[in-house]
Amino acid sequence: MTAISLKSLTISYGGIPAVHDVSLEIGDGESFALVGESGSGKSTVLRAIAGLAPEWSGEISVLGAPRGHGPDRAFARTCQMVFQDPYGSLHPRKTVDSVLSEPLVVHGISERSGRVSEALEMVGLGQEFRFRFPHQLSGGQRQRVAIARALMLKPRIMLLDEPTSALDVSVQAEILNLLKRLRRDQGLTYLMVTHNLPVVAFMCDRMAVMNAGRVVETAPSSALRTGDFSDPYARHLYAASGGDEIAPKDGQ
Amino acid sequence: MSARDWLLDESPNSRMQANAGRFYRMGLALLRNPLAVLGALIILLLIATAVFAPWIAPESPVGQMLDRRLLPPSSANWMGTDELGRDIFSRVVYGARITLMIVALVAIIAAPLGLIIGAVAGYFGGWVDKLLMGFTDIFLSMPKLILALAFVAALGPGIENAIIAIAITAWPAYARIARAETITFRSSEFISAVKLVGASDARIIGLHVVPLCMSSMIVRVTLDMAGIILTAAGLGFLGLGAQPPLPEWGAMISRGRVFILDQWWVATMPGFAIILVSLGFCFLGDGLRDVLDPKQAGKS
Amino acid sequence: MTPLLEIDNLRVSFPTTQGRIEVVKGVSFTLGRERLGIVGESGSGKSMTGRAILRLIRSPGEVTAERMMFDGTDLLSRSERAMRPLRGARMSMIMQDPKFSLNPVMTVGAQIAEAVRAHETVPRRALANRVREMLEAVRINDPDRVARMYPHEVSGGMGQRVMIAMMLIPRPDLLIADEPTSALDVSVQAQVLDLIDELIVNNGMGLLLISHDLNLVARYCDRILVMNSGEVVESCAAADLHAATHPYTRGLLAAIPKINETRDVLPVLDRSAWSGT
Ligand SMILES: Nc1ncnc2c1ncn2[C@@H]1O[C@H](COP(=O)(O)OP(=O)(O)O)[C@@H](O)[C@H]1O
Ligand SMILES: Nc1ncnc2c1ncn2[C@@H]1O[C@H](COP(=O)(O)OP(=O)(O)O)[C@@H](O)[C@H]1O
Ligand SMILES: [Mg+2]
Ligand SMILES: [Mg+2]
Repeated sequence: MTAISLKSLTISYGGIPAVHDVSLEIGDGESFALVGESGSGKSTVLRAIAGLAPEWSGEISVLGAPRGHGPDRAFARTCQMVFQDPYGSLHPRKTVDSVLSEPLVVHGISERSGRVSEALEMVGLGQEFRFRFPHQLSGGQRQRVAIARALMLKPRIMLLDEPTSALDVSVQAEILNLLKRLRRDQGLTYLMVTHNLPVVAFMCDRMAVMNAGRVVETAPSSALRTGDFSDPYARHLYAASGGDEIAPKDGQ
Repeated sequence: MSARDWLLDESPNSRMQANAGRFYRMGLALLRNPLAVLGALIILLLIATAVFAPWIAPESPVGQMLDRRLLPPSSANWMGTDELGRDIFSRVVYGARITLMIVALVAIIAAPLGLIIGAVAGYFGGWVDKLLMGFTDIFLSMPKLILALAFVAALGPGIENAIIAIAITAWPAYARIARAETITFRSSEFISAVKLVGASDARIIGLHVVPLCMSSMIVRVTLDMAGIILTAAGLGFLGLGAQPPLPEWGAMISRGRVFILDQWWVATMPGFAIILVSLGFCFLGDGLRDVLDPKQAGKS
Repeated sequence: MTPLLEIDNLRVSFPTTQGRIEVVKGVSFTLGRERLGIVGESGSGKSMTGRAILRLIRSPGEVTAERMMFDGTDLLSRSERAMRPLRGARMSMIMQDPKFSLNPVMTVGAQIAEAVRAHETVPRRALANRVREMLEAVRINDPDRVARMYPHEVSGGMGQRVMIAMMLIPRPDLLIADEPTSALDVSVQAQVLDLIDELIVNNGMGLLLISHDLNLVARYCDRILVMNSGEVVESCAAADLHAATHPYTRGLLAAIPKINETRDVLPVLDRSAWSGT
């Protein structure tokens, strides 16, 4: 079964297309990466799937069900998103507790207190963080809260938009480990946007390389070990990301 | 554990404690600004005066005693007496009630109205925004006092109508601020995140957008209070606001104008009261801006 | 020969509600006409070190040092006035985000020209030529057209090249580059850094490269200082970075995923290993 299927998807902002004719199939339980430079349209693809970029044509289906153009409540329970900027993704005047309770309130789910503390534990935050405001948290802690929020409705698919690019490497390692563990424990499907190929090598099974709004190549992430890319742009990106250093090292 | 420790706890145990802590920290920050403290004291004085007017004022603010008209300030009549022999100090003290009522009612009517219109316009954008802001701009483009005058003229003079007229002229500025504020974060990730959860637009506006506009609104309303008091006084002065014998400060100045050269205290004393209260609101508003400024709030 | 820059026991502190806290705690180093890198996590005091050298830390921040010499002159005893001719002309700084460092209402060309005019008087024609040469030196293909553009009209990578042009056109002796490429894409990063590198080497300048990216610093510098919470915890030749001994440096290196990653779990920094002391 496919978790997300995109067929000739073209997405525009105000009539100007930002993503052209993208077709992708992401299997259930897979961890799939979208890589490319900034402005190449990676976030736009995620936003269209999530319903935040409603101007698209083509076909989007999620777990076999065709997707409408706006956010909807039923969809919210199957698919959630984690955003890039840990400083912008939490409401500055709401405590961690109310951020995490919000999805439960909207969906009329009871036993909120228990579910909130369970979620905090799941992302490795102690109960002492429960009533803090975002300004009392570090970047990594904020990103854990954002991940916990996405998990509150127990979705099967997570859209991750550069979840670690604003973090220090040591904190990035913690968050990547967390995401990997959560996927294993809960059988989640990840569609992850990043510009960092080493992160793909660590986290993902397959990847699509985007350039100027188009997918130029789809490859298994094992290609990162061998440098097995056919598209010139993908090769360039690979070389700039440290791929050019692997060959001599292997030779030693 | 002392109350202070409880409030400043970095890891609060309940939502209530977290919010109390936040307000306590804001209060502490406000206390570090001497002008803001002065402003707050002036406003507390105004409120206390209004509440305890019957006990503070030595005499009744109405009635007449024609045998002691226009007496200068003395130990018996601290601010002198007016043309009907009434104690000006007592009238100023009772006038605090009217001023407070005007200020409170205008704030209660205009601020939420402006806030909601601005937040809705900013959040939805597009034609909703164009429509609401067009409407707002019509009001905004007319001079406040003239607009208020027109309304009072249409509704008839009187303190209630003056309040309604001032509120009608005050909300467009708040709508503009709320809209500008909303636009800065309507496409931010935390709003996207609640949309994704499936929250309704009404819920997002009410629980997520409005609280963020609140601080700039509070600052702006506080700073505007001086202007509102002055507009009310202006209407009173023109005879369109509070009607005699109500001890409204503007109306009192208006009456005293006739004697300004020989009996300066009649017009000057309520004038001082207006200046003091206006200054109080300005100082407090400035201090609040420093504390509530969103750029400040981001850091710790 | 005296080194270009000598810093001894540099301290920077800020007042907070818990009293004054030091964000740079006694940093010492010397820099010749070479490339020195400062790495560390965010908040470790890298930028404050760079800014302190240029005396750009404003009150209530406070800078103290035992020695702060630039090319034989004492930076500490200089007044703000006396610092001005040094800044820009002899020591320059490239900031992280060109969008915030360029004046939005001035064309790129005018800003680069202004950087020269602030320090020397040059005839108009010669100035225009020098601006064009500089823009060519930072590999902008169509310098005359770009010179007439406003900052918002240029891309991130080009904006950063404009910044470099602006900082290098007065021919300084020392360039402090604070995260010069963190806002750029990987493929553009290398171009910009190669460019800085080439200009530094050709002009015999000193470079202080500040970054959070260990691999990048190792690649573009001769020596490296590793900073953690305001202190230099390790200092080594760039080539030896991968043989670093301090647990903090080792932890950082291990936490970086590799392009040919095979580990299932990334090792996480155990901060208690050294901060306990
Ligand atoms: N809200 C928007 N309105 C108009 N254009 C947009 C908007 N968001 C993104 N774009 C444009 O769409 C393109 C793709 O952007 P994005 O998907 O954010 O790229 P990426 O995530 O790969 O960096 C860019 O050229 C950007 O300028
Ligand atoms: N104005 C200030 N007041 C108090 N602390 C500050 C101020 N500016 C910076 N700091 C602190 O100084 C430390 C070092 O900052 P910085 O040098 O910018 O770090 P980085 O290594 O990321 O460049 C940080 O912990 C920061 O919180
Ligand atoms: Mg993006
Ligand atoms: Mg920095």
